Formats: sequence, C-alpha cells, structure tokens
Amino acid sequence: MASIDAANASDRPSAAIHPLWVRVTHWINAIAMLVMIGSGWEIYNASPLFGFAFPKSITLGGWLAGALLWHFAAMWVLAINGLVYVLLGIVTGRFRRKLWPIRPRDVLADTKAALTFRLRHDDLTVYNSVQRLLYAGVLIAGVVIVLSGLALWKPIQLQELAAMFGGYEAARYVHFFAMAAIVGFLVVHVILAIVVPKSLRAIVTGR
Amino acid sequence: MARIRKPIPGVDPKLLIKDAARLLPDPTRRLFLRGGASLGALTFLTGCDIVDGASAEKVLRRISEFNDGAQAMLFNPNKLAPTYPESAITRPFPFNAYYPEDDAPEVDAADFKLEVGGLIDNKEPWTLERLYALPRESQITRHICVEGWSAVGSWQGVRLSEFLTRLGADTRAKYVWFQCAEGYSTTIDMPTALHPQTQLTFRFDNEILPRKYGFPMKCRMPTKLGFKNPKHVIGVHVTNKDLGGYWEDKGYNWFSGL
Repeated sequence: MASIDAANASDRPSAAIHPLWVRVTHWINAIAMLVMIGSGWEIYNASPLFGFAFPKSITLGGWLAGALLWHFAAMWVLAINGLVYVLLGIVTGRFRRKLWPIRPRDVLADTKAALTFRLRHDDLTVYNSVQRLLYAGVLIAGVVIVLSGLALWKPIQLQELAAMFGGYEAARYVHFFAMAAIVGFLVVHVILAIVVPKSLRAIVTGR
Repeated sequence: MARIRKPIPGVDPKLLIKDAARLLPDPTRRLFLRGGASLGALTFLTGCDIVDGASAEKVLRRISEFNDGAQAMLFNPNKLAPTYPESAITRPFPFNAYYPEDDAPEVDAADFKLEVGGLIDNKEPWTLERLYALPRESQITRHICVEGWSAVGSWQGVRLSEFLTRLGADTRAKYVWFQCAEGYSTTIDMPTALHPQTQLTFRFDNEILPRKYGFPMKCRMPTKLGFKNPKHVIGVHVTNKDLGGYWEDKGYNWFSGL
C-alpha cells in the first residue's frame, strides 16, 4: 500500500510531510464536517437548546427534513472516513510520532511564543506543543461527536451508549458542545493555514 | 413544526377509508422534497452552484431509503424502551402537530367506528365500547420528536400485537398503515407493529385521551420518532404495500426508529 510506504519514509528529509492517506482522509473529512455542521445547525434551529438560532444563510438543507437528509447521508462519510483515519493513525504510528508527548510546560511556552509571533514554523514535519494539544483535542472531540450522535440517532437500540452520556437529553448537549469545540478548532486551524501558506500546500501536495 | 404548519381542510373520515386507494402517494412525488433540500446552501462550500438540485435530492432520498434498511437491521424486536417513574412525567405534556391546538379534529365518541382492513380475517369495524374492553397495559416512556425535544408521558391501551391477533391479521405482511381523522397517515414496519411496547392508546395519564393528544385513540410506539405515532386513528390496515405517510412523503425518513 502506497500510503503505508509514504508513512514509513517520512523520517527521511525528502519524504512527504503528509502521506497520501492523511491528505485524502483530511479533505474527505473537511467536506463531511462542513455538511454535518451546516445541516446540524438547521436541525438545532428546529428546537434550540439555548436562546439563539443559527442564521438561515449559513445552514444547510433549507428546512428540517432537508437538513436531516444531509445529516444522515454525510454521517456515513464522516464515520467511515474517520475510522480509516484513526486506524491508520494508530497502525502507522503517526499519532504517537506526531502528537506525543504533550507536556503542559511546553504548551505554555509555545502558546506564549505564538501569541508574541515568535513561534517558528521552519520544520512542518514536527508539530509544536500547541499543535499537538489542538490536534489531539479535536481528535477526541471527533470521537465524542460521533458517539453522542449515535446515541441521539438510536437512543433505544443503543440505550447503553445513550446512558453513558447521561441519557437522551444530556446527549443533545454533549453533541452540541463537541460541535462547538470542533468549530472553534476550525477557526484557529483555517486562520493558521492562511498565516502559514506552506502548511496549506503540504496538506494538498504532501510537501 | 411551527414553520411548516399548514391547516388542511376537514375530511369525512368514512370517505377517507373508502377512497383510500386514491390517497396512495404517487411514487414519482416521493422524489421531490417540498421546501427543497436547498442545494443552494452547498454554494457555501464550493463558491459556485455546481450541483443540480433535483438530482441531488434524488440521491439524498435514496440514501434515506438505504438508512431505512440500516435501521430495520439495527431494530431489535426484544429491546424495550426505558420506562420512567410517574414523577418523571412531563407536565404539561406538549401539544405538537402541523395545525394549531384549536384545529385538532373533534371525533364524536358515539359515532366512532375504527375501520380495519387489508390482510385480516375480521373486517368488522370496532366501536369504542369494544375497544375499551380490550386488555389494557400502561407505559411511561419518552416521546422523542424529530425536532429534537423530548417529553415523558404516560399512555394506557392495548398492545397492537394483541389487537392484530384479534383481527386475524397476517403478521407476515410487511406494513401496518394508520389513517387519521384529520387526513394524517403513516405506515410502519411489521416488526415495530409487533413490538411489546407498541400500543393502541385510549388513555393519557390514566384519563380518557384528550382531544389534543389524539381522542379517541392513537398508536403509541416509543421505538419511533413522535411523528410516526399517529393521533385520532380511524383506520388500521395490514398491507404489503408501503402507503407512505403525511411527513414521510414530504421528505422525512420513513423508518425513523429510535
């Protein structure tokens, strides 16, 4: 498998920063996430948990039934692609190599450097501590949003899972806050990709 | 469904059953979503409207049918919905329909007859008196709306499976179709119809089912979303044909299991 070879080769200086499987799963995930978030906001609007609704212009589906069709179609893409990504991340050792260790002291130092624009991005193959924390965090948020989503979709057939989240109503809040965490990540992630354009090139071409 | 509420003209319940064949949803109509799945919103992804709206809706409807199959596979006929103590009942229990509460149909108890039809042996209509005499069960379960909210209610009535036995129904048939006084309808799968918690309901919270909750009878099934729980039921048919339903024909997922 070409993707595995690329991962094994990533220790060599000439190797790709992001192997092919990372780039493919990244962009499939990006599209699936946008569809899930846009349709999810329309579904939220049908019965808001808080005193606000999402503006119609940024939701997907037009009305509740349309949004549900989008949401329950894109969920397959999100879940299957996510599963492939997590399995390859573990099997190839990429998660361990790239995201570990995360030391609080390093995170503090790197955050300070980033806020004063002194954090360096010379070597894109090594993540700084803030990146490691954010990427590991959004990975966990991704797992939580899929599991809480399953609990909301099947609160009776998967009632043990729903109970883990504190029942159906509590799972709605967990699902919402996991979405909020992912959207928060997305904002930072996109801003930084624009600030450091070669990182955007790396996730497209691999180099 | 405040945004899509639409009052519909009154319909003579008796005519409804006689004209049932005429009411079958046109298969081609099912491909279209009223209100649209709004592909225009995809422009926020691509910056240009590259996808033809109608064909995208067709694809989405096909995935929804695939999801019907996936849900039927996930459905465990022996898995019971969690039940709650009386203290958990939501008071007041919310009214929800596609019409305002004042427009809920008024069914005359004296004249009421439940029409039964399709693949059954005993097609004699049922008076309320006979229905009330059926063995009664009680459940306190969570009603979950497609909109996301939920509420715990208390319902009393006869198991639908017990009622189907008395009709001499062919339970190898695929569907049970419910016809309602206000023109509403829904079709459910036989495994859900035979689920032990699927109930023909005559009472709410141990009082005669009030008009707002579906007098004189509804079908309560905690394993499906609220809109699959028909109120003001006037007809029950056992069939091998998917006769669709009010919301299903507009684009809501058919199985809608929980």
